[in-house]
Amino acid sequence: MKYIDEYRQGDIAARLAEQIAALTDRPLKLMEICGGHTHSIFKYGIEDLLPANIEMIHGPGCPVCVIPLGRVDDSMSIAQTPGVIFTTFGDAMRVPGSRTSLLGAKAAGADVRMVYSPLDALKLAKKYPDKDVVFFALGFETTAPSTALTVLQAAKDNIPNFTVFCNHIMIVPALKALLDSPDLQLDGFVGPGHVSTVIGTRPYDFVAQEYRKPVVVAGFEPLDVLQSVYLLVRQIVEGRAEVENQYARVVSRDGNRKALEALFEVFEPRDYFEWRGLGSIAHSGMKLNAKYARFDAELKFSVPGLRIADPKACQCGEILKGVKKPWECKVFGTACTPETPIGSCMVSSEGACAAYYNFGRLSKVAERTARATSGA
Amino acid sequence: MATAFTPSPLFERVERARRRKHKLRDEFITLAHGSGGKAMHELVEGLFLEYLRNPMLELLEDQAVFEVVGGSGPARLAFSTDSYVVTPIFFPGGDIGKLAVHGTVNDIAMSGARPLYLSAGFILEEGFPISDLKRILTSMREAAAEAGVAVVTGDTKVVEKGTADKIFINTSGIGLIETPVKLSAANAQPGDKVILSGTIGDHGTTIMIARGELELETEIESDSAPLHSLVSEMLAEAARSADVAAIRCLRDPTRGGVATTLNEIALSSEVCIQILEQSIPVREEVHGACEILGLDPLYVANEGKLLAIVAPEIATQIVARMRQHQYGTDACIIGEVKSDPAGIVAMVTGFGGSRIVDMLAGEQLPRIC
Repeated sequence: MKYIDEYRQGDIAARLAEQIAALTDRPLKLMEICGGHTHSIFKYGIEDLLPANIEMIHGPGCPVCVIPLGRVDDSMSIAQTPGVIFTTFGDAMRVPGSRTSLLGAKAAGADVRMVYSPLDALKLAKKYPDKDVVFFALGFETTAPSTALTVLQAAKDNIPNFTVFCNHIMIVPALKALLDSPDLQLDGFVGPGHVSTVIGTRPYDFVAQEYRKPVVVAGFEPLDVLQSVYLLVRQIVEGRAEVENQYARVVSRDGNRKALEALFEVFEPRDYFEWRGLGSIAHSGMKLNAKYARFDAELKFSVPGLRIADPKACQCGEILKGVKKPWECKVFGTACTPETPIGSCMVSSEGACAAYYNFGRLSKVAERTARATSGA
Repeated sequence: MATAFTPSPLFERVERARRRKHKLRDEFITLAHGSGGKAMHELVEGLFLEYLRNPMLELLEDQAVFEVVGGSGPARLAFSTDSYVVTPIFFPGGDIGKLAVHGTVNDIAMSGARPLYLSAGFILEEGFPISDLKRILTSMREAAAEAGVAVVTGDTKVVEKGTADKIFINTSGIGLIETPVKLSAANAQPGDKVILSGTIGDHGTTIMIARGELELETEIESDSAPLHSLVSEMLAEAARSADVAAIRCLRDPTRGGVATTLNEIALSSEVCIQILEQSIPVREEVHGACEILGLDPLYVANEGKLLAIVAPEIATQIVARMRQHQYGTDACIIGEVKSDPAGIVAMVTGFGGSRIVDMLAGEQLPRIC
């Protein structure tokens, strides 16, 4: 079992697609929350296989996309501080701030380096003791445990020149904000895959119990996504609202205890954190707690901390909420392209706009939507 | 699954924007400008071409082809240049020297020319070990011998420590076109077949792993190889069964990978290139490594492979002939050329869906989660 090809078989996909179509022809709106699922859906052309009555709405589970302009500028002000080695994941390097991106700052002389893991950043701190190494910590509960474990290692090894610019966010408050917003009409959720390996599937119970919407936690291979859509539609047709786990090969009900312990040891929730498009959400962001405050880049460096409005033309907010489709944004593909992005949805490889621009311009989505709404 | 693509309504809007002349708006060079994707094309077309414009350069092929008239009549020559800055300089399957010879030999070969002579310019960093230089020169000697070329002129510069990364090499090459072949990225016609000479992604993946940023243990090696004898076999086969013009275009998919090269051809010929994901050969280890790194093998560099656009009548024979050559054993047809949507590379996924294979905006950056 190699875990790649088995989940990409076209004939099984075709059969699943038929089974989904046979369940119902009622128009349904399903949201895939996680950016990784958006990427999968477009990369494998999954929407081509789904029946016309099922519409996938792309949710805000792209941690790079939801960073507000102000925080991107803050990261750049740290990166441009003399003596700093600013380390970041690749995706974040292209995100536009109000003037430039980290990639632009690098070209202008800032020491910005791409790392695959926060432990690489810690290695750099040990290698260059006279520099301040800052790690741009991004991501949901998926990546937060590795940041936490790195901070614990830094504390154990007593590293004085390593700090974390923490932008970790939590999925449940965002999910709740979505469910509470009046302009959304969703019938079900394809639940985040890798976040759930850490937090388990228990935290989504409230969606089923309080909001009566089904959730299926899904893997990222195309067959995972298709099977999850099938399970969701089946729940809807059978009038059920439950939390099902399609990604059982890595996700358990209770999550990863060790990862959660590391999280609770190092982080605490911020009172508020601003999400691009969703606004300020209470207790949705993480910061280093008092015990590990010496590793907090925001305390070591003074950042502007400004709240900057998104460019007028940018409709990332609406797109992240799933209210607008990428092609409904007036600047999609013209002023806003992957090379000249106005908003982060276009820059991150998991952003809905980037996925659609890079993969989906050929799809018959608009045609299918027209067919579905006209009832043809 | 219908293989006729129906562009969505905003397709026109996006395509109009894409086709606007490349205007360079950046103020500084970034790494994206060197990665082979859109940013690099903007730099080349929006800047270099603007300042250095002439009819040959405008063609923007991988090599320049021109005629010179001597005492014994006209001769068609191909001329190309390439610089090598790879890090690390030694990696499984080769080194910077081997690449420097193969890369330019291949650029010459892609015009159908027999490579004759190379120049080699070295920029050496103060402190670079002579023992390393000896290793690199040994590689170059072996590669040149295999390719049947001679390094006939060269240059050496030494710069202060810190101003060059160990060693940079530039090679220029000159070759003679002996058949009436006229290869160009603008020649693809609807109905033509797309042939790939072997597995993709080997070189770029090897380099990423050799950089040691990820502790992956693999046996992947660079595929660096000289392709001129494979090309001459292909041309001979075409001449034998039809006409040398049945081979429309040859390209080696280096930086930016197969995806970038196919996009260049699609744009240049104003055609749609449709490929089948299932027919594209990728080594299992490369597939697995790319999955972990979050990379798409279609965009990863190759140094010993070629793409050929050929007339449909001879496609199977060409592939058969290629498979008899040591650098073409995995040759296969991966797709075909259609008339629309023009300028697009589209892929039918192994899954039965369809998607665009666009040119990358800048560098391919690994995904976070």
